[in-house]
Amino acid sequence: MILRYTLLGIAAAVALAPTAFAAERGRDGKVNIIYWQAPSIMNPYLSGGTKELEAASLVIEPLARYNQDGALVPWLVDTVPTVENGGVSADLTQITWKLKGGLKWSDGTPVTSEDVKFSWEYCTAEGGGCAQSEKYIDVTSVDTPDAQTVVVNFGVAKPFPYGPFVGAQAPIIQKAQFANCMGPKAPECTDANFNPIGTGPFTVTEFKPNDVITLTANDNYREAGKPAFKTVNFKGGGDALAAGRAVLETGEYDYAWNLQLAPEVLTEMEAAGKGKNVATFGTSVERILVNQTDVSSALGDERGTAAHPHPILTDINVRKALSLAIDRKLLVEIGYGDFGRLTCNVLPAPAAFNSSGNDACLVQDIAGANALLDGAGWARGGDGVRAKNGVRLSVLYQTSTNAVRQDFQALIKQWWQEIGVETELRNINASVFFGSDPGSPDTFQKFFADIEMFTNNFDGTDPETYMAGWACDQAPRPETQWQGNNIPRFCSPEYDKLVVEMSTTGDINERARLAKAMNDILMQEYVIIPLVHRGRNAAHANSLGGVVLNVWDSELWNIADWYRIK
Amino acid sequence: MLTYTIRRLLVAIPTLLFIALAIFMLLELAPGDPMAQVPLTVPPEVKEAMRQALGLGEPVHIRFWKWLVQFFYIEPLRLIDYVLGTGIVEGQQRIISWQTRSSVMDIVAQRMPQTLWVVGMSYVVGVLIALPIGIISAYRQYSVFDQVGTFVCMVGYSVPPFFTGVVVIVIFSVQLGWLPSIYDTTLVVDSWSSFVQQLAQMIMPVMVLALQTTAQISRFMRASMLDNLHQDYVRTARAKGMNEPVVVMVHVLRNSMIPVVTVIALGVPAVFGGAIITEQIFKVNGIGQLLITSIQANDLPMVQTLTFIFAILIVVFNLIADVLYGVLDPRIRYD
Repeated sequence: MILRYTLLGIAAAVALAPTAFAAERGRDGKVNIIYWQAPSIMNPYLSGGTKELEAASLVIEPLARYNQDGALVPWLVDTVPTVENGGVSADLTQITWKLKGGLKWSDGTPVTSEDVKFSWEYCTAEGGGCAQSEKYIDVTSVDTPDAQTVVVNFGVAKPFPYGPFVGAQAPIIQKAQFANCMGPKAPECTDANFNPIGTGPFTVTEFKPNDVITLTANDNYREAGKPAFKTVNFKGGGDALAAGRAVLETGEYDYAWNLQLAPEVLTEMEAAGKGKNVATFGTSVERILVNQTDVSSALGDERGTAAHPHPILTDINVRKALSLAIDRKLLVEIGYGDFGRLTCNVLPAPAAFNSSGNDACLVQDIAGANALLDGAGWARGGDGVRAKNGVRLSVLYQTSTNAVRQDFQALIKQWWQEIGVETELRNINASVFFGSDPGSPDTFQKFFADIEMFTNNFDGTDPETYMAGWACDQAPRPETQWQGNNIPRFCSPEYDKLVVEMSTTGDINERARLAKAMNDILMQEYVIIPLVHRGRNAAHANSLGGVVLNVWDSELWNIADWYRIK
Repeated sequence: MLTYTIRRLLVAIPTLLFIALAIFMLLELAPGDPMAQVPLTVPPEVKEAMRQALGLGEPVHIRFWKWLVQFFYIEPLRLIDYVLGTGIVEGQQRIISWQTRSSVMDIVAQRMPQTLWVVGMSYVVGVLIALPIGIISAYRQYSVFDQVGTFVCMVGYSVPPFFTGVVVIVIFSVQLGWLPSIYDTTLVVDSWSSFVQQLAQMIMPVMVLALQTTAQISRFMRASMLDNLHQDYVRTARAKGMNEPVVVMVHVLRNSMIPVVTVIALGVPAVFGGAIITEQIFKVNGIGQLLITSIQANDLPMVQTLTFIFAILIVVFNLIADVLYGVLDPRIRYD
């Protein structure tokens, strides 16, 4: 009798806590992942794309990465260096990482500081076109005093020294494998690019570009008993709807990424009972940009430059009225459902950086907008469109071709019509709109329209570079080949002062204050009108355990902890 | 016939060169940027460096010349190297895809099997169904069979695969759960059970595509049969006392096949071209899917090479159709 109860107890413990047991590696067989955009390469240094980044994160890993709350966690090291623990020098120009003991590559050789140094050399080599070189900006040298210690030296004080070797964008690659692939030779190393040797939980057995990746558990993975899955079938292709169907309705797949579908479609699919939708929020904000320069084609080469201010949108009353007229609640409900949130900031996260100074935007106020325009001297004409000194309140509103965006355009046009603003709508194919061909007049950066809408975000959790993008000298113009992040061509000396101040401030609370102040300037000047704080969503099978959706790093960051619920 | 063939082949060379130039210029002049899919968080100077690494900094004519050399010289020799194990063009720059930074030809070779299996099989199935339908429909014109056949063909013509594909997935995968909705390209057929699995995953895309082929070919077959059935030689054959099977299957069918064979031959390049929409829907990831994803990613070397391969196939199969015409119909002589 006692034996029977003991056995039952053991059985119950096994059933209730499948991960608590020091179980065998590869015990749960195969996990099927579907990405409706198929990865093309396993080397994130040669492709900036999210799909490649995430596929590669199964194999190659950084020294530290961000967890689901956006906090830095040590990955191939034991502790994250800070000024307090002495890992970052007091003058903020040096950071010292110490690798975990006994780390091995999947081929069994030891991971050393030389490999880490090499990863920097690889990405910064001349002619390689490394997609992540921004991560290594200002690094002057990397020293390797011993096999486990890496010292990164910066040319300037870095209040936030966690660019190099941190996050899915800057993983460590093996020197032995990539040594002959530097610079212009990078694309010749097809084998290495398709089948990198890594420290991660899985290794590639077969890579079919833009189709399917087969991976098996890494025998030399540092944690015993992980990963729980023996193989990964990483399928790509199709469309978001089919990927959602394969997880939520037919149950053929266990995990589907980035399901950009109408909220009611996903809820309906979930009703089939095979899987569930998950969402999490990062820094993505769907926003409207208000052009501050005149883009009339009569201006020739000076079109869209600071030399010609916009005839109507330089009036702050007009910009404010445009924002007041928008019902953000309805936009979230229609376009994103549970995967969108209301926001009045262009910098909505991390929480410490989220300003509460602009919350008035949450309520639509058509009457207020009308009163504002009346007061500013914009009088309605016979056709209902306002005008002042012969200039009509008529704008061209462009965005990329995308069902949700076209719905938004239609709704916003309607609201703006109610306040006497005439809107002409235009949508441009995403590959043209988001391309940066300086010869094309239709790119989002050239912004040859009055109003445009898209989503942007920033990598990691530190908004310094992101916020610095709206400094005066960041405006796209002919001299910069129309590159630059200050797409509305906004210019404020007060804002630029804050940008400079932030670049020299190390204290985290002070940095948060500065970022919020910058956000508030942009919001209260109404050059950027935030619409929706967009989440990232995914779907996973009910039988797949351990999924923690992470928007700050690769979504598959903790795949070593995934398991099959039995 | 031989001189005709040789002459046609020689004419094909300038034609193909012109096509290559036309494709190249169209792609060059089309708006788009291979960096458009890179996230906005990657700064523009990094994107510019990536573009330079792809060779986009070079002038247009140099890039076209390089592509010609790679396509007509390096890649064929590379194939010879591969077959014979030699190393004539070892280490020379092949046509490199911008997305994957690997050889375009390797990916094409990797994609070919599933395209040939699925799209090729659907073509064979489609033709095999279409011929009898066309013959019977013509012989029994306006019968119930003909009416039903016409109806099915109209459906096949007018309902696009992006609709039928999704409908069969919803019925057979979601509702009934009989068939997989996602094609597994890693499946190796080495046993009875894996063969059954392969059959199960092929049946939906093959049938969806075969519906289109059937509709087209059976209408041709029917029209051609009807033309011949009312000819004088048919009446003569009947008058001579031949039985109906001989009249229809030997005399009428043989003569009716001439235009149909041409149509079938001209459809073969499309098989190699894959089925863009159907491959996407069933995740077959063959040549068609490769082409569309490359277009979306502005992977110009890949798009250029694929479209040019299609151009070669079309030119070659046009020639084959013409030659077959001569073989089948003794009245046609080219020399």
